[in-house]
Formats: sequence, C-alpha cells, structure tokens
Amino acid sequence: MELSINGKSVTVDVDADTPLLWVLRDHLQMTGTKYGCGMALCGACTVHVDGQPTRSCSMPISTMVGKKITTIEGLNSKAAQAIQSAWEKLDVVQCGYCQSGQIMSATALLEHNPKPSDSDIDSAMSGNICRCATYVRIRAAIKEAAQTLA
Amino acid sequence: MNTIFNISRRTFLKTGVSVGAGLTLGLYLPSSPAETPPAVTDILFEPNAFVRIGTDNSVTVTVKHVEMGQGTYTGLPTLVAEELDADWAQVKVVGAPADAGRYNNLFWGPVQGTGGSTAMANSFEQMRMAGATARQMLVTAAAQAWQVPAAEIVVKAGLVSHAASKHQASFGELAELAAHLTVPESGEIKLKDPKNFVYIGKNTTKRKDSKAKINGTAIYTQDINFPDLLTAVVAHSPRFGGKVKSVDMSKAKGIKGVVDVVQIPTGVAVLARDFWTAKKGRDALVIEWDNSQAFMGSTADILASYKAKAENMGMIARTEGDVAATLAKTTKKLRAEYVFPYLAHATMEPMNCVVKLNKESCEVWNGEQFQTVDQANIAQVVGLKPEQVKINMLYAGGSFGRRANPHSDYVKEAASIAKAIEGKAPIKLVWTREDDMQGGQYRPFYYHTIEAGLDEQGNINAWHQRIVGQSIVTGTPFEGFLVKNGVDETSVEGASTLPYHIPNLLVDLHTITSQIPIQWWRSVGSTHTAFSTETMMDELATATGKDPVEFRLALLKEHPRHAAVLKLAAEKGDWGKPLPKGKGRGIAVHESFHSYVAQVAEVTVNDNGTYSIDRVVCAVDCGIAVNPDVIRAQVEGSIGYGLSAVLTGAITLKEGLVEQTNFHNYPVLRINEMPVIEVHIVESQEKPSGIGEPATPVIAPAVANALFAATGKRLHDLPLKLT
Repeated sequence: MELSINGKSVTVDVDADTPLLWVLRDHLQMTGTKYGCGMALCGACTVHVDGQPTRSCSMPISTMVGKKITTIEGLNSKAAQAIQSAWEKLDVVQCGYCQSGQIMSATALLEHNPKPSDSDIDSAMSGNICRCATYVRIRAAIKEAAQTLA
Repeated sequence: MNTIFNISRRTFLKTGVSVGAGLTLGLYLPSSPAETPPAVTDILFEPNAFVRIGTDNSVTVTVKHVEMGQGTYTGLPTLVAEELDADWAQVKVVGAPADAGRYNNLFWGPVQGTGGSTAMANSFEQMRMAGATARQMLVTAAAQAWQVPAAEIVVKAGLVSHAASKHQASFGELAELAAHLTVPESGEIKLKDPKNFVYIGKNTTKRKDSKAKINGTAIYTQDINFPDLLTAVVAHSPRFGGKVKSVDMSKAKGIKGVVDVVQIPTGVAVLARDFWTAKKGRDALVIEWDNSQAFMGSTADILASYKAKAENMGMIARTEGDVAATLAKTTKKLRAEYVFPYLAHATMEPMNCVVKLNKESCEVWNGEQFQTVDQANIAQVVGLKPEQVKINMLYAGGSFGRRANPHSDYVKEAASIAKAIEGKAPIKLVWTREDDMQGGQYRPFYYHTIEAGLDEQGNINAWHQRIVGQSIVTGTPFEGFLVKNGVDETSVEGASTLPYHIPNLLVDLHTITSQIPIQWWRSVGSTHTAFSTETMMDELATATGKDPVEFRLALLKEHPRHAAVLKLAAEKGDWGKPLPKGKGRGIAVHESFHSYVAQVAEVTVNDNGTYSIDRVVCAVDCGIAVNPDVIRAQVEGSIGYGLSAVLTGAITLKEGLVEQTNFHNYPVLRINEMPVIEVHIVESQEKPSGIGEPATPVIAPAVANALFAATGKRLHDLPLKLT
C-alpha cells in the first residue's frame, strides 16, 4: 500500500485491517503518535488526515490510501509552531504521553478557527484525555497561541 | 552526612591519564559503609553520580527518581543548579540506573524508588550538597590556576570569575582541573543562605522535559524498539485467581506473523513482530479457564460483607478518652456511612515493559518507579542475581502509584515471557487498555462509619470512626514499616491523624483479605479518609449552626499550618460571599505527606440533577516551594485527577468479572469538565514536603460540601451522584 505521510510517499506491506497507528509505530518507527485506548476514546493517537484531526488507532490502513497524513513528526504549519511554542512557554506537559495528540488536536483547531472561544476550545479538545489533567494549561496555551497568530 | 567521592579523580589515578571527562561526583551514604565505589576501568561517564561537568560546559544531573509527570527531572536539577550557581541552560538531566547503594530513597532505607510524594523531600539536602561540592571544587581549581585566594572568586550563572585579576572561566574550562582534586569533606561544604537563592522559589527553571514531550521525541517504554524485538500480548484470566485449564494455540500460531505462543504463570502470551499481529493472535486463542480458585463475587456482596464486619469492633488505630461512655450519654449525635469503590489508575500509557534476557544478564526498559523491588523480583523470575538485572528508567506515561507495584506484577510478567522463549529475542510486553483496566491493582474498596456527638455548647465531644477495607502493604516489603499492632497505617492515615481537638476519639480498622489485587492510588489512605472526615465536619458545623470555616478553626488551635491554609483558601475563595440559587460553595482541609491543603469548590447544580464544578481555589503549604510553577501544575493536575473519582470513577465486579473495560465505561475527567483553578502557595521556611499527591484527596469533600450548600443534600458515597 502506498501512503502519503508528512509529505513523503511511503510503501508498506501490512494487512488491510491494520490500524494507521500501528503502521506508524511498529512498521515506520514513528513513535510520536501514542497508543492509549484503541477505541478512539482518548485521543492520544491523533494525527491529521487531509487536515482533519483523526484517531489513528481506529483507522484501517486500507482507508488511508490517497489521503494526506500528518503526524507530530511532520507538523510545521504556523499554527503548529504557535501551539508548540505556547506549550513550552506555559510548561503544559506533565507525563507527556497524551501531548502529541493534544497538540495535533489543538493545531487543527487553530488551523480551522484562529480565534476559538472557551467553549470552542473545550469542544475541540474534549476528545483528548489527559490523566495528569493538564487541561487548565491546555486552555491557556491555545489562547496564547491564538494571540501570537493574530 | 553523605560521603562524596571523586569518580573522575579515581579514574585519573588508576589510568594515569586524564580522562578528558571533566568532573564527576558520586555520593555514598552512611547506610552502606561497606560498599566500595564502582570499578573504575570503564567508569567514564557512567551515570553513577549526581553531578557531571563536561569539558563541553554541560552540567549533567543524574536523577534517581522517575519522571512520571510530577516534575522531578526539573525539581532535583534545580537544587543542584542553585548550589552550583550553574546556568539553567547548561543543565542536562539523565535518569539513574537501578542501584540502591547510590540512588536509594533516603526515607525508605536501602530501597530505590519513587512514591509517597518523597522525591523532593528526601533529595533536598542531598542534591544541594552535590551541587555545592562541585561548586567548591571548581572554585578551588580556579584559585590554583589563577593563583588567587579562593574566597575572592565569584560563581554566577555558570561563570567562575576573579574581579581583581580579571580572570574568568566557564565550568567546562575548569572541569578537567577540578577532576584532579580531592573531594572536600562534607563538613567543609557550606550550603547557601536561602536569601541568596536564584532558582529555588523563583520560577526561573523551566521544565527540562517539555520540548521532547511537545515534539514527540520523548521516549517511553512503548517506544523502545530493536530490530529483532517481539511484541507480546497476553491473554489473562478474566477473573482474579483463575488459571489456564487448557489452551488451544493452533489458530493463533496459524496467523501470519505470529512468531511464538507460550504459557506463562499469568496466562498465555502471543509474540509477533508487531502489536497488531500479536493482538490478533491473542484473540485467536481458545482458552478454558479453571475458576476453582478464582474470585467469583460481586460488588454488592463485597459491600454486604464489609457492613457485617462493621457491626463489631476492629483493631484500634487511635484511641483517646472514652468514646463509648461519652456517646452513650450524648443526646445530639450524627452518624453516617460511606462507601468508596475500587478505582483504576488508568494511566495514559497502559502497562508495558521491555526485557532483553541473556544467560548472564537481563536488561529492562521501563517507566521504572520501584527499582530495588522490581530488580529483585525480575532476578527471581529469570534465575539471576539482582545485580545482573540492569534497569533503564524511562519516562513513565503517568503512574499515580500504579508503576510502584510491590509485587512487580506486569514487570514480572514481561520477565516470565522472556524466560519462556529462553531469551531468543528481546520482548516488549504491551497491555491493552482493557488489560490495564481489568488487571486489578485498584485503590481498594472501603466502607467507613463515623458517629460523632455534640455537647450542649455545640462542641464535638466524641468521634468514632470505623474503617473496613483491604490492606495495601500487608504481604509487601513495606509491611514491616507500615503495619503496626495489626493496623495498616495506609488504611487509616488521615483518620487516625485527625487534627481537630476532640476529647474522646476512637478510630478502628477491620482488615479484609481478598483476591482482588489492590495498590496505592494517588494519596493512598487519604483518598477515602479526607472525604469521610471532612464531610462529617461539615455536617457537624451545620448541626451546630456554625460557619464551617469558623467551626474548624476553633478546633485547630494546635495545628497552625492546617489553620493557615484553611484561612487562605477561604479568603481567596470568596468564602461567605452570596451565590445565586443553584450554586454552592464548599470547603475542606487535609494534611497528607506532610503538606497542608485547603480547597474551596464552587458548583452549579442543574434542574436535572447534573452538576458542574466551576471553580476551585486551593491553598497549599508544602514547605519551601522549590519550583512554584511545578507545584501549581501538580495542584491543578491533582484536583483534576481527584475529580474523576468525584464524578464517575468506579470499578465494579459482577460474578468475578470486572465490568469496566475502557474509557467509555470508566469515564475520566475531560477538558470540558475541568474547573477554573487558582493555586495559592504559603510562604514557608520549612523543608519541602510532598506535592504530587496532597491536593487530590481534598477535592471530593470540598465538592460534596458545595453540593450540600447548593441542594441541602448530603452525599456519603463516591462517586457523588445527586440523582
């Protein structure tokens, strides 16, 4: 199967039902995208598929052919840079395991909605669980990033 | 005091050449006087020290505690940087190997591990001494090189200078010279006066782990890979205590990519080159389970049996005055029963472990929280000596107590798989979310009763608390320290240490034996005792018509640190200011891990009985606040963690099966449920105490008391349900 990941064409030989997450992690050694639940419940595996935040744990690889996949390793948009800088400035992370997914969701939010309200943020980010509950800082960092982009 | 020795000098003396390595310091502790420093032949840059200064001007700090989010990779290096007067930018962090001789938790004796909110507290002087010693040696080296008095040399932000002679050098330039010096005795080392701190308490040290965790390059156990690595997924008994009766492996073995299937003590492991294939293999196993020794009960049976136990007197945890006689003659009495469910830790990274086994050695990669215990248990499984087991401590994707398992459950399972395949390949054990949720090691189920009496003046004259639950530490290496006169202190802490002045007080405990595997969960005993004690205090205040804050303060005269945080939270949390209908404010105060926390929670109750927590104002006294921003982060996160238990957290059993499997039926707090949080840190000159846990237990009683204020309804069972 031929995939487009972070702007590069990649060929993989795996079963059609293999989720994108495990192709990234186990076949392509791109480990920034994390396994958390396997049921699209926690958001730790979030990547962008054609610009949309998508739970890679529940996406069979066969459905990914012809789509543009972006992972944490390939993030480089202005919004992404603003998000990552704000995350660093506010020291959002704790254990960090969910943060790739949080950053992918937050970046997609700003790319589609440069000035999100509080409820826009809560609604866009509610699919991403953080067991360290870094939510206070996630909210603040998204606002900070939105300001730097304005 | 600690004995510090100079590894780089020993290397120099032995080899006769400068290692070009700079200065490396190790610390040895009086508890192991017989221990000799490690062999020096291959010592260069081995992480058996706390401070290493490279000729490249890097300062590398070895941290003996796991970074699981609590900020230890920032907090401990802050102490070194402070006394060394390093530039924060030049400080790098590495995790320590398993080695209880050098890296033990000073509060735990010869045990290396992280827990009980002790990382900062036990390292405070040790890491400062490590930094101060290195600083003094750099100064001595500079004094010798420049032929000037050491007393005239100034060190600031990574630069050593002598004003009169206009000499200046970086640490890197002096490292090799310093490496040849004898380490000064600890008595010759002077720690800074706190008024000269530039990092401690100043918010000048950003997290060291931020960048890697933001760009996806931070390495967790789940990310470890080798060309010949096999991923193992295990079929576990669905019931605790169940065993494999028979297994048909043929279908699993027939799946393309499955490399091996092996039976191990905890089930059947399927090994493949990747997770997805291994999981498919596991799903294809046909196993008949032997339930003859398994737990077959349900939550309702557990509660009924605990209630029956509570009819009688248990083991006494604390007794003062005469509770029975006082209650017998008191007319105004309050009594309540409390039920606390089993709780899963539900770390974001499910349990996993990498093991590479050879004939003479075993190497392990893990979010390692319990080095000594795991090392010994792994050694036993694979038939090696503990010192033959090398453990690499990686970032842990959350723990909340889970990875400090006294029985090394998942770690031993990984070792047993490596052994079953005779070490033919390194293996990575991966638990699915379902394995993790259903794998036990829960915060125990507890049942409490409290009966309290009020005299005619509205003073509490008697308090009798009874606790029923499983013991976390019985049968573990911690039993000797923590079980006293038959009472597991972790079952009663927070209740047996009730700070209020009550003349007649009795706390007793029934310890239950059960097959359900249990473990400490962020804040341990206080997860339940803070709730029952602080909601009962609220009920008693209401019964006397007194303000809950004033009522508590009157009984805390001998506990000024409790009183101070209570007052601060009340003041900052607008205590006493009116709220619109449907809203309520509640307060609670509790000490755990020698830190004092008070919280004011504000809630909104909707017509349909649902509610939200809008705002939490938290006052905390954890002694000297080394990294105030990390402390604020821990408080925010601890409250969020506690809120999952307030709103939804419950593991339940039916006919021996755990009913929850994943985040759809074990929901945890999401961002839309997170309140606004304000953290106020009390200025203190006391030694630092815990901060990873103490804010967690306070939120449940604060919310329950707020719900009462909003609705007039008292809730005694967690999670808190109004309908």
